[in-house]
Amino acid sequence: MSEFPVVPDGLAAIDLVGVRKGAFGSQGSGDTSGFGGLVAPIVMPGASIPPFGGWCDEVAEELALSLVDAGVSGAVEKIVIDRGEMTFYVAPENLIAFMTECRDEPALRFEMCTSVSGVHFPQDTNRELHIVYALLSITHNRRIRVEVSIPDSDRHLPSLVALYPSVDWHERETWDFFGIIFDGHPALTRIQMPDDWVGHPQRKDYPLGGIPVEYKGASIPAPDHRRSYN
Amino acid sequence: MTTTEFTNSDPFSGSYDTTDGTVYNLGGGDWDSIAAAPEGENERIVVNMGPQHPSTHGVLRMILELEGETVVQARCGIGFLHTGIEKNMEFRTWVQGVTYVTRMDYLAPMFNETAYCLSVERLLGIEDQIPERANVIRVMMMELNRVSSHLVALATGGMELGALTAMIFGFRERELVLDIFEMVSGLRMNSAYIRPGGVAQDLPSGAEEKIRETVVLLRKRLKDTSDLLVDNTIWMGRTVGVGYLDLTGCMALGITGPILRSTGLPHDLRKSAPYCGYENYEFNVPTQKTSDAYGRFLIRIAEMHESLNIVDQCLDRLVPGPIMIADKKIAWPSQLSVGSDGQGNSPEHIQEIMSESMEALIHHFKLVTEGFSVPAGQAYVPIESPRGELGAHVVSTGGTRPYRVHFRDPSFNNLQAVSAMSEGSMIADVIAAVASIDPVMGGVDR
Repeated sequence: MSEFPVVPDGLAAIDLVGVRKGAFGSQGSGDTSGFGGLVAPIVMPGASIPPFGGWCDEVAEELALSLVDAGVSGAVEKIVIDRGEMTFYVAPENLIAFMTECRDEPALRFEMCTSVSGVHFPQDTNRELHIVYALLSITHNRRIRVEVSIPDSDRHLPSLVALYPSVDWHERETWDFFGIIFDGHPALTRIQMPDDWVGHPQRKDYPLGGIPVEYKGASIPAPDHRRSYN
Repeated sequence: MTTTEFTNSDPFSGSYDTTDGTVYNLGGGDWDSIAAAPEGENERIVVNMGPQHPSTHGVLRMILELEGETVVQARCGIGFLHTGIEKNMEFRTWVQGVTYVTRMDYLAPMFNETAYCLSVERLLGIEDQIPERANVIRVMMMELNRVSSHLVALATGGMELGALTAMIFGFRERELVLDIFEMVSGLRMNSAYIRPGGVAQDLPSGAEEKIRETVVLLRKRLKDTSDLLVDNTIWMGRTVGVGYLDLTGCMALGITGPILRSTGLPHDLRKSAPYCGYENYEFNVPTQKTSDAYGRFLIRIAEMHESLNIVDQCLDRLVPGPIMIADKKIAWPSQLSVGSDGQGNSPEHIQEIMSESMEALIHHFKLVTEGFSVPAGQAYVPIESPRGELGAHVVSTGGTRPYRVHFRDPSFNNLQAVSAMSEGSMIADVIAAVASIDPVMGGVDR
């Protein structure tokens, strides 16, 4: 992928999560336009270089100091400041320690974990599943995002319910939709889908489903089989 | 194990008689043996309340473990209204996404649309380019929506506690707001009015006067509702001290909105992280210190009045101008206008693309079918919905469709408080506690 050395200003590196091919979604349909041969990298904003500006530097420094005090090293893989939002990429094995510092350190005081979301990047080898936590500090009026990547082959992540009881349902939902097993969760059961459902619907390898619609003799394919732009 | 003799045999049953466990006789006549059962045995029963129970506030299922009338354990079962909106959005363009998100929390469609659009706009990097008039209209629509949502909260909450007049009043006043929505967007609910880059269309002529009149009328009518309930002994008896959840509990459970403000913490994202120009409006954040259902009721009443004040300020700030971003690569190309059949595109636009400018036709076609691309990245812009923090975590990989959209719905999070609020209370108080959370199952299940 080294033929795409597009590094925007202020970013140390780019973060390649996949490759986009073609322009019309359909595969193998005798596309003669030539657009079907397009290849483009999918590049997420990469690590930022300090100083970050605003309160972000303070948060980064306080976190680094308190993590050293707690005897944790290598917890933060990178820090991304993008569109005014701060994201910490954290190693899964250090997630609990990292979140504990975020919650308990008086200078940080992220009292609330408001949401847990998953994102599935099938092409991001060994980092297929990204889990995104949104933290809010009402005390300091700050917001950070914590992102963890785990391989699809070993979909385990420590549960944060003991730390933030609010993530109980959010983790259940992430398990339901992405199949991520939160170790230590008190009752990791499906929450939106029926209990006996097979598969995890928000994964990219799970089809949207739907049936072709017939209208006046013509058949219109289901949305995920239609020719569309990507 | 006690087995009761069958006194009345069922003529339709087979010859098989159960011999396992306690056998109760449907025909009756076995009271002596039931009453003689040892104290404490079989006293705890599990009641399944909902999902089709009129007072569970939508398709919410509650599994209650009861000892007599006391709730020992309360658990929620959700998912009955799950429609896969987030998954569906991954197969539509960014603009089409608005039509989906508006159906999530169906009592607060304007908030869903705004939360989604603000995240998309941040991804596009066009937050500063939204025209002033569009922002004012957004704020006005959201605040009117807050009034209508709180009115339904009071109406359904009142109905669930037996205050049917409150229900009639609430829905009657809500109609006034929905009439405005219909006039402005064409639809009472699910209007898909707020779009990335601005709003779908400008206010029709006469809308400002109608909104002004409605605000005056609403102020008067809201007084009816509050006169009816605020000092009402029965209402207070049902809500004071019920559904108690203090600040510590709210923090631990991630509770936001009126429930958090009923503990005395004035946390409101319109103040702490203003969006859409909320920093330019004067309003108060009502709080209570009671941490109970009555406090939340008072907060909702007060918030409606604050919202009406904001609507007044919006009307004063409305100056003519564009309602959609100037960037032609993002702005929806056509304006709607009412045709002879009551709907349709503007004749001028049709005239232009069909007979004047080939390029305009291509542009229209590309933007409507293909849509615009959004630079790769992720964004989360939370807003203060009637129920608390509502935000869309939107991930783009640079395509014309969202890669992942996750809604942080306040009802979903706040419903986790049902156990904390109602365990140890009477079963009747569960209803009051749930009503004070005001969950909307469309948002919870998405």
